[in-house]
Amino acid sequence: MAKVSPLEIYKYLPGLNCRKCGSDSCMAFASALIERSKSYEDCPPLVTEEKYRDKLEKLIELVTPPVREVVIGTGERARAIGGEEVMYRHELTFFSPTALFIDVSDDLPADELAERVARISRFEIERVGQKLRLDGIAVRAKSGDVAKFGEAVVTAVENSDLPLMLCSFDPEHLEVGLEIALERRPLIYAATRENVDAVAELALKHSAPVVAYSPGDIQGLLELVAKLREKGVEDIVLDVGTYPAGGKLGECLENMVMLRRLAIEKGEKLAGYPIMGVPLVAWFNGDDPVKAAMQECIIASAQLLRYADLLVLHSMDMFALLPLLTLRQNIYTDPRVPIQVDAKLYEIGKPDENSPVLLTTNFALTYYTVASDIEAGKVDCYLLVVDTEGLAVEPAMAGAKLTGSLVKEAIEESGVARKVKHRRLIIPGMAARISGEIEDLTGWEVLVGPIDSSRIPAFIEQKWKSNGKG
Amino acid sequence: MKLNLEEIIRNLIDVEDVELENVQIDAEELVLRVKQSMLPVVLSKAQVAEAEEALPEITFEKPVAEYRGYVEEVTLGATRSEGGSRGKVIKIGGQRSLYHFEGGWMNKPVVSFDVFDLPQPQFPKALREAWGEVWDSPAEWAREAVKRGADLVTIHLVSTDPKVKDTPVGEAAKVVEEVLQAVDVPIVVGGSGNPEKDPVLFEKVAEVAENERCLLASANLDLDHERIVKAAVKHNHNVLSWVSLDINDQKILNRQLLQEGLPRERLVQDPTTAALGYGLEYTYTMIERIKLNALKGEKELAFPVSCGVTNAWAAREAWMNVAEWGPREYRGPLWETINALAVMLAGADIMMMLHPSAVQSIKNIIDSIFGEHQGVEIRYEDWLRV
Ligand code: B12
Ligand code: SF4
Repeated sequence: MAKVSPLEIYKYLPGLNCRKCGSDSCMAFASALIERSKSYEDCPPLVTEEKYRDKLEKLIELVTPPVREVVIGTGERARAIGGEEVMYRHELTFFSPTALFIDVSDDLPADELAERVARISRFEIERVGQKLRLDGIAVRAKSGDVAKFGEAVVTAVENSDLPLMLCSFDPEHLEVGLEIALERRPLIYAATRENVDAVAELALKHSAPVVAYSPGDIQGLLELVAKLREKGVEDIVLDVGTYPAGGKLGECLENMVMLRRLAIEKGEKLAGYPIMGVPLVAWFNGDDPVKAAMQECIIASAQLLRYADLLVLHSMDMFALLPLLTLRQNIYTDPRVPIQVDAKLYEIGKPDENSPVLLTTNFALTYYTVASDIEAGKVDCYLLVVDTEGLAVEPAMAGAKLTGSLVKEAIEESGVARKVKHRRLIIPGMAARISGEIEDLTGWEVLVGPIDSSRIPAFIEQKWKSNGKG
Repeated sequence: MKLNLEEIIRNLIDVEDVELENVQIDAEELVLRVKQSMLPVVLSKAQVAEAEEALPEITFEKPVAEYRGYVEEVTLGATRSEGGSRGKVIKIGGQRSLYHFEGGWMNKPVVSFDVFDLPQPQFPKALREAWGEVWDSPAEWAREAVKRGADLVTIHLVSTDPKVKDTPVGEAAKVVEEVLQAVDVPIVVGGSGNPEKDPVLFEKVAEVAENERCLLASANLDLDHERIVKAAVKHNHNVLSWVSLDINDQKILNRQLLQEGLPRERLVQDPTTAALGYGLEYTYTMIERIKLNALKGEKELAFPVSCGVTNAWAAREAWMNVAEWGPREYRGPLWETINALAVMLAGADIMMMLHPSAVQSIKNIIDSIFGEHQGVEIRYEDWLRV
């Protein structure tokens, strides 16, 4: 629904303002549809009453994203990719963060394979209160041996509930894999010009999504997609090829842009599918694993920024995954809302009536940075979070969203005065300017803390404790 | 590669059969350009000629957009014939389209290495190791930076800040002269950010570097930017227009600088680079909006963009020793690389950077996009088998 206005959507709603959808009016419901907080199915008259049939059809067309949403896997960790509506995040937001799949090859010894699969599923690192995880497992038919491939898929299915991607150009392999991963809705890699008939049949039989493969050739790719659609396959993912370096890498990045632009700006239905990349190709010349992992991270990041919805990687080294996961988190942050935490009093460790009270803002990045520093320093304390509308300390100071009166309100609403005997508040070094104001308005004594929260533990040690507890 | 008949036959030994259908060979000299490893693919493609016919035919045209506006082109540095002393000039900006494939790109993004007029013992370890040996001498540091691939060098006169060393402007200007003598790439001169001192400093620097067409970094809303503009115009330099992540501020400042007499082809803008993990998305989106608006014809934003990618090192993930995050000697440079990559793909024209290996990686990517870098050939389908 690239850039439609609520007014355009409103035209296709019943106009009853009956509130059955949970919105206050049809107009409000139209906005909710654009924001995707509601679906057209939430309007009962529209979906049940015959007389709205035409409107419904038009509406569905209008609200269906130009890039189809494709779901891989089943259950809790099923992963939707695509569903995008805009070329640039500020035009609305990006919806489905790029899915990261890690490869396993079928020539690994069974125990190693099981270990790797389990490690991929377990992988998790927390940043700003969000758990960053990997999204799937790509089983590669490296051995060329159908039986081995089957065993590898068995191991993957048994050791993980992550979505799978079955990778082979041989329909026989794919068939075996699909029989084993029955009902798990794996992504089939790949339909090529050569095997498209057989693979399309498999995709339909198992209602599994399938990759259309045409490296370096957009026209060929679109033809392949047309063929798949003719056969009735709807859930398609596009692969235009990935190259480890050089001009072909540049071309591949531009091809991705072209595909997305065709879908969103030119309304080309054949390009309206999620795009995938294989940064794993960095390992082609992988004599040096550190270099390969770095190059893989660079290719992956570039593709992520060039609309890739799914990436296949090899490295699980944190030094290479962390920048990529962080980039994904940044780019897919909804520009309409900074990530925030609740503005209230938090207890860190086991604070008592003599423990220090520290102040910070409700911008998630700020809160989690401060909280993790305090935890790392094993300081028991209260952390009073002020509502700065999701701004960090410095922008909040600059934009007058952190003021003495807001601090006063926060102190009163949090009831912190009942939790501690003392009346001393530690504020961020960057909020020093308002220390006098806070003292005047609240009567609390203000201690100006360090600029960077990593120095809070040392500060407590020297300044708080030396002043005598409580 | 040219093969003689014997070699062709040798190569075909392991191939089961070769069928050439509908082929007419009519030549005096036949050159088969086939790599040994490519043979099986070529053959299987030929075999399936039949299946291919079954695909629907699609006409595909590159989705090139139409643009009303363009980004101003700015020249950095001046050669002897223009009154300067640089070995070559660097041109940035000038885009008439958003993407390279649309054909409207004249200039590649470039990388500047940061050099400081003071040793930087507070640098993270990876940077201390890269530059510790040369940071006692800005000239030496600059020379080393050029050896390591800098297109430009930025000399940051941080010691002029009254709160740092309060180096007199005359002395600071000498450092600029030394750097100009040490290297022949165009240079950027950074102030300390002190709003009282920077205008005075830039007046002096502009004078001693007369006609070198430096980039004076930077003019911002809190200082007397008119003095900087006047000095730049008088002595033939460019000016960097720096705001903090606010597109309206950027327009306002650019407009003021132009009104004060700065020619359009002398303005570069810096919307502030927030680090990866610490607000990068704001920078990314602001650059995208600047470029999109410029190409739509909004003249007040139609200038090249410079980014202080060095800010990447402010992120803890770039320098802190945390076992769970993996070795920081790899993590730090990669953090800077990814930060640079993001701003570049958003549309930045200059990336100011610090770590040599990050610079190398970024330059390779730039060359890839501009088709100038020959990577090793691979057969993509082999990714299933590596
Ligand atoms: C991202 C960003 C923004 C984003 C805000 C995103 C958000 N949700 O907060 C946006 C684009 C909205 C923004 C807006 C503005 N910004 Co701004 N922004 C930044 C930027 C790039 C990063 C800020 C950040 O996220 N820091 C990371 C967090 C974790 O830091 P933090 O909250 O301060 O927390 C640290 C410390 O304060 C401390 N700490 C935190 N809590 C506690 C508690 C205790 C007890 C202690 C001891 C310590 C402590 O430890 C933390 C870790 O170090 C900075 C530049 C920079 N690189 O710092 C400029 C910056 C902060 N912004 C600035 C300005 C001027 C503004 C604006 C006024 C101008 C404008 N451009 O419109 C507006 C104000 C906001 C408004 N009017 O609504 C200036 C501030 C200058 C100044 N010193 O006054 C900066 C420094 C840029 C610059 N160099 O000019 N900004
Ligand atoms: S349920 Fe449908 S008709 Fe009723 S208010 Fe909501 S959108 Fe309008």
